[in-house]
Amino acid sequence: MSELASIESALVAARPQAVSALLRYFRDLDSAEEAFQEACVRALGSWPQRGRPRDPAAWLIFVGRNVGIDTVRRQIRQQAMPPDDLISDLDDAETAIAERLDSEQYRDDVLRLLFICCHPELPTTQQIALALRIVCGLSVGQIARAFLVSESAMEQRITRAKARIGQADIPFEPPGAAQRAERLSAVAAMIYLTFNEGYSATGEAVTPRRPLCDEALRLARLLLKLYPAEPEVMGLAALMLLQHARARARIAEDGSIVLLEDQDRRLWDRAMIEEGLELIDKAMHHRSPGPYQLQAAIAALHAMAENPEETDWRQIDLLYATLEHLQPSPVVTLNRAVAVDKVRGPQAALAMIEPLAPRLNGYFHFFGVKGALLLKLGRRQEAQAAFDRAIALANSPAEAAHIRSHLDRLIRNSEAPRA
Amino acid sequence: MLYAILCYHFEDVVTSWTQEEDDAVMERLGVIHQKLRSDGKLGPAVRLLPTTTATTLKKDREAPLVIDGPFAETKEQLLGFYVIDGESLDEVVGIARDFARANPGGSYEIRPVSLYLPGSL
Repeated sequence: MSELASIESALVAARPQAVSALLRYFRDLDSAEEAFQEACVRALGSWPQRGRPRDPAAWLIFVGRNVGIDTVRRQIRQQAMPPDDLISDLDDAETAIAERLDSEQYRDDVLRLLFICCHPELPTTQQIALALRIVCGLSVGQIARAFLVSESAMEQRITRAKARIGQADIPFEPPGAAQRAERLSAVAAMIYLTFNEGYSATGEAVTPRRPLCDEALRLARLLLKLYPAEPEVMGLAALMLLQHARARARIAEDGSIVLLEDQDRRLWDRAMIEEGLELIDKAMHHRSPGPYQLQAAIAALHAMAENPEETDWRQIDLLYATLEHLQPSPVVTLNRAVAVDKVRGPQAALAMIEPLAPRLNGYFHFFGVKGALLLKLGRRQEAQAAFDRAIALANSPAEAAHIRSHLDRLIRNSEAPRA
Repeated sequence: MLYAILCYHFEDVVTSWTQEEDDAVMERLGVIHQKLRSDGKLGPAVRLLPTTTATTLKKDREAPLVIDGPFAETKEQLLGFYVIDGESLDEVVGIARDFARANPGGSYEIRPVSLYLPGSL
């Protein structure tokens, strides 16, 4: 890696800490971002000659604060900082700043920065766009490409979202325990949404949306470092790692989805799977199950099976049952039915999903699963009707193609001569 | 003399590498590994998963306490280590310099080994 690229990746990595601390100083997002930008410009000038500081985030905060204070002409003599070209040599000053950074407050700074992006009045895509812009530092152009909109449209959305959160008035005092838990849960949800925006992409959207998955993983790791003993944060990171590990196997060259049971498991990313399995193992020692841990545990069982036949469906059924209990939702029941089909057969699975019909009447996957179960039971005409409905509800050509392949295969199998 | 080279790096930076960047670093390191191996100087080498997967057992009390996270919160994290058979500290520092060119950023801590158990893996 060239030195410039290496400095750039250090700047990207330091961004969440630096911007969030600068936000605490300036109490204003635009000032914090501008100060950070300026500090980065100076870093690019200074680091190649003077060497990279031991703590890049502390350096950037220090310099950013200086710059910001200059800019707003709020400087008072006693608060003056050493000029930034001296900082790399001033070990003492840097250590003092770094110690302040390690404090509890610094943790809450980053959480606050993430949390302000989760303003409940913002539509989810705006929450995600804001987090990518402010926390991850993606350019407006990069975000626009990920959401398949023009740069100017995205610029407008981000400006509107910023104006909205500017009025939100999130307190700067350290949060209480309950408030912190609430923020963590909102932030975790936003990170998972970001991941899903990338993960659910098909066809031509796969490549431009891939950075969403990478950035979501980066945010989850950041959150996990700040809160290393939160089992749900471990679960969230594990869930995304285990799903992302399948990325290369789950999209075919033409952009269509490859079903889990048809994926070439040699293409799964072993390092990500290892990391995900370790995290879910650690999380489960807390004996405090939550929705992310349960979903991660289910993903782990898939990841551990060397081929589809070895999948522990019985355990997956039990995990879905617990998830249903913790977070009742017709979609969870629908997913559970897929496991129930493997363990107890299509009749039991169909009985489980039939009561969901009124609530999932417009849901593509409901009709996909229903059709597959009916077909297994030999109820061809009803199956055909369900598949037709699924294709009509498909959100993308890839989803429709997925149902057609499902349909073709099941028809082929059921046409095979019976012994 | 056996020396351990403990590899410290900014974990945030390393985990932000794209697959291509990671592969490029590993390829450059691989050249050095190959040379050390053919010189009979390369012992076991380990790359660790991120510190977020770490668990720490505090044994300064009668019933050890198991906590999540790495032992120490440091600016740079211990991400792996090598065991090297070197003639002298100078030689091992030279090897560490080669590693540094292949993988800049962070620090290497060189520590002589006092007991070496090859294990049974």
